[in-house]
Amino acid sequence: MSAQHAPVTTVATERPSLLTPFNIITGLIVLVGLILTVLRFTKGLAGVTNLSDNNAWGIWISFDLLCGVALAAGGYTTSAACYVFGMKRYHAAVRPAILTAFLGYALVVFALHYDVGRPWRLPYPIFYSPGPTSVLFEVGLCVFLYLIVLFLEWTPSALEWLRLKKWRNLMVRMTLALTIFGVVLSTMHQSSLGALFLIAPAKLHPLWYSSYLPVYFFISSIAAGLSMVIFEGTLSHRYLHHQMDEHYLSAHDQVALGFGRGAAIVLVVYFFLKLVGLALDNNWHYLLTGYGAMYLVELLGLVALPALLFAVGVREKNVKIIRWAAVLTVLGIVLNRFNVSWFAFNWHLPPAERYFPSWMEVAVSIYIVTVGLLVFRFIATRMPIFHEHPDFREPAEEEEEYPEHETRPHPPSFGH
Amino acid sequence: MQRRQFLGLLGATAATAVLGKTAQAGSRHFTGYPNSYGVLFDATRCIGCRRCEAGCNRVNRLPAPARPFDDLSVLDSKRRTDARTFTVVNRYDIPGKGPVYRKNQCQHCLEPACASSCFVAAYAKTPQGAVIWEEGVCVGCRYCMIACPFDIPTFEYWDPLAPRIMKCHLCYPHLTAGTLRVPGCVGACPTEALVYGRRVDLLREARHRFHLFPGRYLDHIYGEHEMGGTNWLYISGVPFREIGLREDLGVTPAPEFTSGALAAVPIIAAAWPALFLGIYAISQAKDKAARQEKRQALREALAKAQEECQAELAKVKAKAEADKKAAIEREVKKALEEAAKARAAGEEGE
Repeated sequence: MSAQHAPVTTVATERPSLLTPFNIITGLIVLVGLILTVLRFTKGLAGVTNLSDNNAWGIWISFDLLCGVALAAGGYTTSAACYVFGMKRYHAAVRPAILTAFLGYALVVFALHYDVGRPWRLPYPIFYSPGPTSVLFEVGLCVFLYLIVLFLEWTPSALEWLRLKKWRNLMVRMTLALTIFGVVLSTMHQSSLGALFLIAPAKLHPLWYSSYLPVYFFISSIAAGLSMVIFEGTLSHRYLHHQMDEHYLSAHDQVALGFGRGAAIVLVVYFFLKLVGLALDNNWHYLLTGYGAMYLVELLGLVALPALLFAVGVREKNVKIIRWAAVLTVLGIVLNRFNVSWFAFNWHLPPAERYFPSWMEVAVSIYIVTVGLLVFRFIATRMPIFHEHPDFREPAEEEEEYPEHETRPHPPSFGH
Repeated sequence: MQRRQFLGLLGATAATAVLGKTAQAGSRHFTGYPNSYGVLFDATRCIGCRRCEAGCNRVNRLPAPARPFDDLSVLDSKRRTDARTFTVVNRYDIPGKGPVYRKNQCQHCLEPACASSCFVAAYAKTPQGAVIWEEGVCVGCRYCMIACPFDIPTFEYWDPLAPRIMKCHLCYPHLTAGTLRVPGCVGACPTEALVYGRRVDLLREARHRFHLFPGRYLDHIYGEHEMGGTNWLYISGVPFREIGLREDLGVTPAPEFTSGALAAVPIIAAAWPALFLGIYAISQAKDKAARQEKRQALREALAKAQEECQAELAKVKAKAEADKKAAIEREVKKALEEAAKARAAGEEGE
């Protein structure tokens, strides 16, 4: 057993109480989730949700699907930054981001099993009866393929853990191809999640309905991905610090600064594109309504403000400000997805016919996030996620930094 | 008939067939299947008796409602279709006009939003006019319910394992099986507020009524162009929005709202790999140049150091050589001096 794993073993031999606050809370959540799962598959959607014929989609779509996919965008943004754009100083952030994205997408698919009527038919659109005129078909196909890509991108961590050097090296060689394939698929399905609502101009409030919806969803997913990497980095730094090696820790603030700079630029682009959409459809007069206030909160408070904070944080090299900006950005993306699919959807209906989730729907969403958290912790405390595996460190670095070296670079020591 | 004439006709037919087909394929404007059927609803004739609801319920063997169909007090509240009710009649109290009734059900769009939004192609627009849903492949994602501008598809939310999408199918199964000659609701209507027929004929009939009864109708057939046109058509004496029909839907068929976004997908699939490989190549080239520069600098520094080392060595060597030479010379001189001294001493001693 390697040095990194030593603390885990000591903890195991001491056998501390399993009744930690964390375990009690997550245990209760999982218990409630399991009960609700039984309820969902015995009483139907009517037994646990407030969905209706007017409101066919609830928070399992608004949060679990739309926010889940947007907030898992850190996978493609980080791997693209590192492997395609050649920003190798972000290398330490890639593995946590890939793991988060993989679990995020896996949980999106898991959550869909609760939401759709006949979950065992989820492979139908791809393998049995494709409906290619549907935007949802494209989303389904891309998410399916991207889940495979993310799994393959994650395998090196597992293979290092299992010490399967040959397979691990094979997977590492596919990094570039997988990264580019991942960017293509992400561009397509991130934008398509916005395009889902293009078909319903009569139901979505004009402030959010725009022919630019796919572009908005794609651009904002980049900001969401970058911010999530910063945000999760902060959380992991606090709770999984013992798993981190020098390589990760020394890059930690660098990643926040670099990604903060990127997020500032992306948010500014997003802000101006939103203004273009507003002007193009001449929706200014809606700004003075209640929905307008909501729109301004989203656009000024949760897009423009974090953009400014990111810029200030980068300029002053203040990681604290950058972290706050990341939190605001994430909230902004969540609010945006809620607005498009929930708050501003079916806005023409009288209040009595509008949707509000039942506590059980919320509990299932919390349960699914908790499951993700537990799996993340399980993997991150065992596999080389926040540290490099001692057996694989040396060759990996050489391969990446000196792929075609004929002379092994050595420290400049001469004169003897 | 002359042989030449016959051949000429044959050629013309062939040309028409080919050209006709080409023109059809090239045209983006689909005006519905020719000879498709629909229903014309006349709001000035409907008396709100709910017989259509009962007829629909009977022919489709739907569960009995909580309150019987002859209980007209249900009209006091606004209702919508649900998974046990394919059609409902609502009463609208129009000031100065009294009550006006309007039947609601699937409008059977010429280019249906539900069918274009279905990711397993569970829906079909039949050439006969009906928009139908097949249970065999439906996943239950309910995107059709999001897509439908008329809020028509409903869902069996209470069914844990095999919930169905439920909606009016214009009695397609019964009409094709021959068990009905007109849809259940139309057959049950006592006032001919509902007329079943070819859509083109229904449009003609509607205009005919406009002509026959001046001032009775608004000069608009709802469904002729709404959402690209529907097989169900409405005429009314009061504005359509006052009897629960949205007037802000526009005339664009639903599939056109998403066609642009879907068309962009292959562009991304084709262009993105090239673009990102290009970016990768540039970043690699930059790295390589930087690395080469570094290596070059390293090599130069090494060469310079070696040169300096050599020079130093040569200098030391030269110095040593000179020292040695000087030492020899010194020794020789010393020896000579000693020899001279010895000789002088010898001469003295003699």
